Amino acid sequence: MGMQLFYFLIFPGFLFVAVAGAFLSWFDRKITARVQFRKGPPLFQPFYDFFKLLLVKETILPARGAKGLFMAAPIFAVFGVTLAGIFILLPMLNITTGFRGDLIVIFYLLTIPSLTYVLGALASGNPLAAVGASREMKLIMSYELTFLLVLAGVIIKSGQSIDLQQVIRIQQEGTPFIGSISGVLLFIVAIFCLQAKLAMVPFDMPEAETEISDGIFIEYSGTPYAMIKLSKYMLLFVLPSLIIAILMNGSRLEGIHILYAILKLLAIVLLLTLVRNTNPRVKIKQAIRFFFVWMNLLAIIAIVLAIFGL
Amino acid sequence: MGFKSYCFKKSLWLFHFGGASCNNCDIEILDCLTPRYDVERFGMVLVGSIRHADVLLVNGSINKKDKPRLLEIYQQASKPILVVAIGACGCTGGIFAEGNTFAGPVDQIIPVDAYIPGCPPKPEAILAGIVKLLGKN
Repeated sequence: MGMQLFYFLIFPGFLFVAVAGAFLSWFDRKITARVQFRKGPPLFQPFYDFFKLLLVKETILPARGAKGLFMAAPIFAVFGVTLAGIFILLPMLNITTGFRGDLIVIFYLLTIPSLTYVLGALASGNPLAAVGASREMKLIMSYELTFLLVLAGVIIKSGQSIDLQQVIRIQQEGTPFIGSISGVLLFIVAIFCLQAKLAMVPFDMPEAETEISDGIFIEYSGTPYAMIKLSKYMLLFVLPSLIIAILMNGSRLEGIHILYAILKLLAIVLLLTLVRNTNPRVKIKQAIRFFFVWMNLLAIIAIVLAIFGL
Repeated sequence: MGFKSYCFKKSLWLFHFGGASCNNCDIEILDCLTPRYDVERFGMVLVGSIRHADVLLVNGSINKKDKPRLLEIYQQASKPILVVAIGACGCTGGIFAEGNTFAGPVDQIIPVDAYIPGCPPKPEAILAGIVKLLGKN
């Protein structure tokens, strides 16, 4: 019991994911600043932002809106990311979680943050938030199928295994899945899914800052906004970890392999940041077509190649 | 200095309210975010929603149409919020102070924490004003 609580709350659960995610968020902002020839924020900036929102700022509830749901949605988002993080990180640290089919569970848990953002936005009763929520819903519908196809490709490549630990073990005994043609295609598709899941720039129309002024988060302030920031930080750590686990060999906690795991994580976040900094925001119609036609096509080609063993 | 006020000072998020401005001050405010001056070094970013803001930047002369909007923006902000009046029009009214439609400088409508005079103030002057604002609380 004590060990499980330690797993859930300290390492590799809530606290570890939050701190690592905050540093990754700093990395993301710093790289953005360097791309734009600026100096960028100091190392502890995400912590200052979080504690300012949590401790200093006043929380304003919407006058005409569902106040309970408005307050509860960010907390559920943090719950969802924490659980997904534990289910991803325990197999990566080679600790048996004790049930099969956790890939499916991870897929559902990773949907929770986006869904709760939609619920919170609609509960606030703000028209701009409603626009953002409708865009986020369309975005969820377009990228979830693609993300499921990526997982399907991984399951086929690992010989019908829906156990994340098994998937990692197969990669570590043989070659990592990214070392084949279908693996590279799946990696490209997964990067774009991550971009949409994190609402980074080509697909940030739910929270378009200049257009609908932060969209789904427009009414949030103080503590609930701190929770949203926290869930965003955690997602920035959890989603790249999932890509490392299913396509890039997982990680091993011995000697030089810890350094490799960190480098892989930083490389994926760097890729996401560079895509974010070199692209404009697309319209929601373009995003839906991008995922439904092109990314699904790419994922299906990858699955067919995987069936033929390429 | 306590932990709370330290975190507050290290992460000021800006919201920009432009009154009936000639746009010079707007451009100089945007200059502060460019690579040459880069206020993100101090943790300052422009935010889209007043609910997230810690600093309300007001520039331009406030006329009768602007006054209720400025008041509403100020009431919608989550406290504590600092108000900075930028430019001659924001501080005193400038050349519009005796106009028909002028509705008083910013400090007669909402409490102001810092004044940055100039027409328009240089980005260096805005940064100096921000430094004084941080030293004040």
